[in-house]
Amino acid sequence: MKLVENAAGRMVPDEINGQEAIPFKGVGKHRPAGRKYAPPIPTCIDYPGDNNKVAGSLKEALVRCGLRDGMTISTHHHLRDGDLVSNQIFEIASEMGVRDLVWFPSASFPCNAPVIEYLEKGTVNRIEGSMNGPLGMFVSEGKMKGTAVLRSHGGRVQAIQDGEVKIDIAVLAAPAADSFGNAKGTGGPSATGVIGYAKPDYLYADKVIIVTDNLVDLPCWPMEIEGNYVDCVVVVDKIGLPEKIVSGTTQITKSPDRLLIAELTTSFLEKSGLLHDGATMQAGAGGTSLAIAVYVHQLLKKKGWKLSFGFGGSTKYMVDMLEEGQMGSILDAQAFDLDSVKSIEKNLNHIQYPVFNAYNYHSKGNLTTMMDIMILGATEIDTNFNGNVVTHSDGLLLHGIGGWQNCLHARNVIIPVPLFRDRIPVIVDRVTTLCGPGELIDVIITERGIAINPRRQDLIDAVRGKGLPLVTIEELKETAEKICGRPEKAAFDERVVAAIKWVDGTVIDAVHKVKK
Amino acid sequence: MKQAITGNVGPRVRSDIEVTLELTDSGGIELNIRSKVKTMYGKAIEEQCRSLLQYFGIENARLSLNDSGALPFVIAARIEAAVKALTNTTRSFIPEMNEENLYGSSRDRFRFSRLYLPGNNPGMFLNAGLHSPDGVILDLEDSVAPDRKDEARILVRNALRAVNFYGAERMVRINQGERGLEDLEMVIPHNVHLILVPKCEDAETVRIIDRKIRDIKDKEGQSERIFLMPIIESARGVENAGEIAAASESVVAMAIGLEDYTADLGVQRTKEGGESIYARNRIVVASKAAGIQPIDSVFSDVGDMEGLLQNVLSAKAMGFEGMGCIHPRQIAVIRKGFSPSEEEMEKAKKIVIAYRDAREKGLGVVALGTKMIDAPVVARAEKTISLAVRLGLLPENWIEEEKAKS
Repeated sequence: MKLVENAAGRMVPDEINGQEAIPFKGVGKHRPAGRKYAPPIPTCIDYPGDNNKVAGSLKEALVRCGLRDGMTISTHHHLRDGDLVSNQIFEIASEMGVRDLVWFPSASFPCNAPVIEYLEKGTVNRIEGSMNGPLGMFVSEGKMKGTAVLRSHGGRVQAIQDGEVKIDIAVLAAPAADSFGNAKGTGGPSATGVIGYAKPDYLYADKVIIVTDNLVDLPCWPMEIEGNYVDCVVVVDKIGLPEKIVSGTTQITKSPDRLLIAELTTSFLEKSGLLHDGATMQAGAGGTSLAIAVYVHQLLKKKGWKLSFGFGGSTKYMVDMLEEGQMGSILDAQAFDLDSVKSIEKNLNHIQYPVFNAYNYHSKGNLTTMMDIMILGATEIDTNFNGNVVTHSDGLLLHGIGGWQNCLHARNVIIPVPLFRDRIPVIVDRVTTLCGPGELIDVIITERGIAINPRRQDLIDAVRGKGLPLVTIEELKETAEKICGRPEKAAFDERVVAAIKWVDGTVIDAVHKVKK
Repeated sequence: MKQAITGNVGPRVRSDIEVTLELTDSGGIELNIRSKVKTMYGKAIEEQCRSLLQYFGIENARLSLNDSGALPFVIAARIEAAVKALTNTTRSFIPEMNEENLYGSSRDRFRFSRLYLPGNNPGMFLNAGLHSPDGVILDLEDSVAPDRKDEARILVRNALRAVNFYGAERMVRINQGERGLEDLEMVIPHNVHLILVPKCEDAETVRIIDRKIRDIKDKEGQSERIFLMPIIESARGVENAGEIAAASESVVAMAIGLEDYTADLGVQRTKEGGESIYARNRIVVASKAAGIQPIDSVFSDVGDMEGLLQNVLSAKAMGFEGMGCIHPRQIAVIRKGFSPSEEEMEKAKKIVIAYRDAREKGLGVVALGTKMIDAPVVARAEKTISLAVRLGLLPENWIEEEKAKS
């Protein structure tokens, strides 16, 4: 393995975990070749005639699916921080003496910290997926045997489809399922609303296990996962802790400073003309984004405007827009709170829409390019508008990419962030880890001024002279440093602990072990 | 072993630092830095600590820091406070004045909203000015625990130099009595615009403070006027409101503090406020008689914005020209409440135009439609218009625009 310079000027490995890796070539520059990956052809003669696929336990199902050393096991993250299934897989594997597994989740949460034990024991070689909190810390300190690979939600679909990652066994928790393996995200004690992140897993995995705490009579309708793709169904007492799967209500920030940023963002959307009747918009579930959704809703009502559709992660505040007539429909990949889960169950215009269809770069179109307004976050933005979402300025890997890279392809990408968090500037001269190229990031909104990417002269012209606090990105950086002092850079070891993939499967940056 | 602990630390504390200083007899300076920003600022913090201890002539000490992202002016204040708790140093480490803080104030500027900032909580200082209050109050009095008064004073002094309040009038609420006079020595040389005099009961208190400020200014060679805002918080204060309002040329506004006032009367403070109607009226009348701004008490339910707006509207109806705030989200509501409404502006415009037309035509009597307009009505309309113009709600040349419209 050697490090090579990619098109963004970052040094990246040409080989990851023994597999050749393509350095990032520039936005829209890499063209894939060949055909999609496909799992082996099954035959129904291997499955019981009554189609009752219920196995006695998760262990029995894993054994039946041939669990052995070196396999790639995938899971989805719809149970979020209330996931009671994923950790069990590795507990069972450890008991069986299986080694060197690759865990390939669509995201991990602090509740997955017990996996560290299996990483230490050698049951698990590495994680390819987002890493939050304790897992990220473990990786940053160079303690994981293999190299982590971080992908966006769409990048994960692309990697599976293109055969970069071959899933041996997908273990998919389902809030409702029948004995044939039809499964869905609504109903039952652990409802998640949707389970769309599992779509590439069940389509492309060699073996598929459904784990449910809510076995219903056939057919489990409307099914998100079709039983024809499923090998085993496992019934357990509980797949998740409901209070940690969805929040009762997602909370708008109470911080007056963040509300100020939300107000400024809404004012920018209005004065720039980006918000208009029929516009499309996506905002996340962070406290500031929720506040923006509420302010935008008020503005839409005042103007008598309606957004044509919004893309979820849905929250109560999007559901309010839908129900009160300021949004035509919600296309939803995941539900963040109970109001959204209920809305999916009852509202025909609240549509389950897997990221599979929305974010995959290697497909015949991406939903994200249709979005007029995209509100995103970042841990760091640099003076070239490059963005970082996975590491902090101290070099520690603490977050996943989520859909962030995919969403950068929207028409107007707006990032509301505080200029500094405590003493740590968010606007820096060079991002610690490059996750998204600056050419895709249009506007940075801070409490101390709005910087528009010089590539977007149209936006600069649209808002000039309208009373908004316009500054350059360099001025923002200088203001932050004047208040906080000039930060020193984190020091790193040579060892690459994680690779950051771009949406097309190329490597945009590498994360190194932090120096203690 | 003598030890001093200053500053704050805890799960909810941000942008502050806890400093533990022990003076030792030998061994030089032993530094122990725990900081969430150590990677980015560890070296800078260490350098700052060493140079500060050197400045105060301390050669042997154990200094432990527990830092949650404090800015340099906070670190300096905490260390100075610890040093002063253990030694009799007469030195003070004065941070550089941020040149953006050198703006002035004026007697008749708006004082609709003034945001209270507890003087020992630096995390709330940094963005206070961004919320556009008319004034910020760095409070040394009731929001600071008695055993933290000394360190708060140093912190507030440093904040006056380092923190940009983005054009807000820079106010400090001092303590009562002798401690308050010491507070003045600490803050007056650092471009304070206005001093709030708490629990003021007589004119003499105002004069003592005014004299003290003059003495400090003379010593420092300062020339700008520093304004005073007495706060009336007792029955005796209300009785003496007239003499307090007129006690000095420096007094530009007078406020009422209802928590202490109702406590002094021995009654409950209610949302309706029946128990304080007399006191509030008295403050308004005494202020207007002295040509200063009457300022209402704070509204303490920070979650109830509708209640706050109603409160502001009733205060405005009584004649108040401002109100204190304890949360940044109250600022916009208060400003809106004290600003003339569309309706008020429309009515005032018609009256003023009718009056000017009548005067041009040499008519002695002004009429709007069939209604006669008296001079006081015109005067009130003129006030509304001038307020709207100053707030930027009406252009200077509004009359021409009106005429062009018709």
